[in-house]
Amino acid sequence: MANEDIKVMENIYNENDRIADEIQKGLSSKGIYAINVMGAPGAGKTSCLINIIKGLPEIQSYVIEGDIESDIDTVKLKEIGIETVQINTYGECHLDGSLIASTLEKVNFDKQGLLFIENIGNLVCPAEFSIGENIKLLISAVTEGDDKPYKYPLAFQKAAVILLNKTDLLPLVDFDIDYFSEGLRALNPYAPIFTVSAKTGEGFSEVCSWLKAKL
Amino acid sequence: MHEFSLTKQIVRIVNNTAADHHAKKVNKVHLVVGESSGIIPDSVQIYFDMIAVGTAAEGAQLVIKYIKPQMLCPNCNKYFIRPRFSFACPDCGTLGNPTDIGSEFYVESIELDT
Repeated sequence: MANEDIKVMENIYNENDRIADEIQKGLSSKGIYAINVMGAPGAGKTSCLINIIKGLPEIQSYVIEGDIESDIDTVKLKEIGIETVQINTYGECHLDGSLIASTLEKVNFDKQGLLFIENIGNLVCPAEFSIGENIKLLISAVTEGDDKPYKYPLAFQKAAVILLNKTDLLPLVDFDIDYFSEGLRALNPYAPIFTVSAKTGEGFSEVCSWLKAKL
Repeated sequence: MHEFSLTKQIVRIVNNTAADHHAKKVNKVHLVVGESSGIIPDSVQIYFDMIAVGTAAEGAQLVIKYIKPQMLCPNCNKYFIRPRFSFACPDCGTLGNPTDIGSEFYVESIELDT
């Protein structure tokens, strides 16, 4: 018996990335532009989605809701007529390629349009796994504090667009928007930052125009 | 937090490589882990021991090389280790740009009994 040292150099995310690439090809062939929606629990991901989808009435939107448990968000979206499919991960902290691949079989894409995939509320793991999206949209709320880009750099680094939500609460919280923006800009110099309030609807017409230009 | 699903991939990579080399047993697995990858190495070893049972990788020891996250100062054009809660270059204070250094997570090599 001989001890042999074998070079491998294989990235552990390779298999997931391969599946994500296939998803991306399949979706583009159907004319679907996919958005991976990330944010902490309670950042207002579903409420922001509702504002965006209502602001784009001429575009068909589809939603995949990822949650550890419950279908609360799916019920909310279906009630206002948005086509939504629920994924429950029962403990897993993020969505990954194979989970999305099997879920997409349940979505009936009869028209081209936008697919929003609302990831598990978490600023850590979702940033690591591609799920076949065209872009990552990150929602951060002023109630979470202005230090989030410094504490969760990867999520802010990988986002193609950032929504700073709950800005109607700015007078009530100690949120230094310059400190937030400075950290974000160091990680991600070019991604647009939209200040919004899902409660009042403020700022969403700009988000919708930006998204429309992407299609 | 997601070590279980990633460790399944590690075991797959290790066993595929072992099979390619007709090895009966894997002695060591050398991993490279960037410290900003969010990976908890102790969890990886625990899951590895569970998932590898009954395969060539069973009982293999994980040897982990850690990489500190580095940023690149656009002013000094030098790499620096990212300080906590700041992205400022220690020499000039300019905010550094992120690099891929520190986010690594790959199987570098494995040691086999052939």
